[in-house]
Amino acid sequence: MTASNEPEVVVEVSGLTKSFGPLEVLRGIDLRVNRGEVVCIIGPSGSGKSTLLRCVNLLEAPNGGRVAVNGVELTDPDVDIDAARRRIGMVFQSFNLFSHLNVLNNLMFAQRKVLGRDKAQAQEVAMANLTRVGLAEKANAMPNQLSGGQQQRVAIARALSMDPDVMLFDEPTSALDPELVGDVLNVMRTLAEDGMTMLVVTHEMLFAREVASRVLFMDAGVVVEEGPAEQVIGDPQQERTRTFLARVLDPIHQHGNPQ
Amino acid sequence: MALTKRQRARVFRGVQYGIGLLIVVIFALTANWANLKNAFFNVDVALSMFPRIITVGLYNTVIYTALGFSVGLVLGLVLALMRLSTVRVYRGLAIAYIEFFRGLPALLVLIAVGYGVPLAFPGTIFDKYTALAIGLGIVASAYMAETFRAGIQAVPAGQVEAARSLGLSSGRTTSFVVIPQAFKIILPPLTNELIALTKDSSLALFLGSTIAEQELTQMGRIALNTSKSLTPVVVAGFCYLIITLPLGYLSRYLERRTGGAKISTTPESISVGGPA
Repeated sequence: MTASNEPEVVVEVSGLTKSFGPLEVLRGIDLRVNRGEVVCIIGPSGSGKSTLLRCVNLLEAPNGGRVAVNGVELTDPDVDIDAARRRIGMVFQSFNLFSHLNVLNNLMFAQRKVLGRDKAQAQEVAMANLTRVGLAEKANAMPNQLSGGQQQRVAIARALSMDPDVMLFDEPTSALDPELVGDVLNVMRTLAEDGMTMLVVTHEMLFAREVASRVLFMDAGVVVEEGPAEQVIGDPQQERTRTFLARVLDPIHQHGNPQ
Repeated sequence: MALTKRQRARVFRGVQYGIGLLIVVIFALTANWANLKNAFFNVDVALSMFPRIITVGLYNTVIYTALGFSVGLVLGLVLALMRLSTVRVYRGLAIAYIEFFRGLPALLVLIAVGYGVPLAFPGTIFDKYTALAIGLGIVASAYMAETFRAGIQAVPAGQVEAARSLGLSSGRTTSFVVIPQAFKIILPPLTNELIALTKDSSLALFLGSTIAEQELTQMGRIALNTSKSLTPVVVAGFCYLIITLPLGYLSRYLERRTGGAKISTTPESISVGGPA
């Protein structure tokens, strides 16, 4: 569906800085995501990875640097930010389904208000995406009647209904009960296999290792290490990456002591 | 022999009941019931007030309240949005308005509007209904603005972020995501404000009115003078309860249904006190 003249680079971030008061959260980030790539960002909490993701659709306004998506510079003060965000899907840790709307209307709402689709068309797209995440039978449920995993899959379907060029995932499984994580990751994996461009902040190392085209390790507001998943997760070059991975992959026996 | 904690509590409770009962008995024995009955429960006087106390008094009370509440609702919402605006001028104006009108007795505002507006704009048609809609609306809006603000702030930030990330503008996000959810949260306190306003509509009697414009309190007061009996007070009071008791029930029902706990997550508690 993508026209041939669209740029290969979907997300381009350069020299990005962000501070909350005196706290420097991002200290000069450069990032490129090409069409069809799945880039996973890993790192300890407070490393700035979620802030980076939120700067990509300008939910956080950066202090410095440049963010461009599909060639549109979002950091331009005169940009039509609402128009730019239409093409950037976002999935939150806490799902954020509209609690006053049922599932179907959650998916149809922005299609109708933002894209101007008529009711029949919006409903068709909504149902197709609900089917895609395996929840077509929940179309008339209210969000609070769904499990966390189901809510997150609906949230993914909602973002997909806008036909985004890139999907941003902000720790999509961190708020889920462990047994519900798999369903959401499977949906994301299928999405990746279908060629969706994805930027994923996650603590799921197995997912990153198997699905990501590239992995970024962030710490203290900078990208410490970047490369193919097998390399960054399987054979990290930096000491900070090794320490982090040892803690995440083997939280009880630190530094991989033998059983 | 020392009593257990439970036994002490029971003895204490018994003493409380005893004191309460004693006070009731003293009043019951010392009051002149014949006088009270003649003054407050004169059946002839009560019957003579019907049906006009309903068709005119109750009717006008409901109309005045509805008008004031509608104006207050719209104005209050605008004020709340101004209060939460990023534009400092709007914020300042809203705060000044809210503090000013919340701090004044409703009666003074009503008189100022009722007599001031015709003076300021001579020749304009300014009937009692308009005067009350504006006067009560101004007072109610100051309270409702704070209720709306608390409700809007109680809507999780993630709802706004989700809407904005789907490409909805700030205005549409407010209209279609924030306000509908805020409204659900503030329905119980809003019902309380409606009850308070119902009673405040009685201040209409200070504006002077034709016979057809009288509301409950004024009709009660006139009947008081002509009948030389206090019965009209009871009748008028009964009529207010016809309005306010169902509203109170509605408020409690809504609170149960929306699970009032949501509101307590706001940094500042919602103002439930109505205009006074």
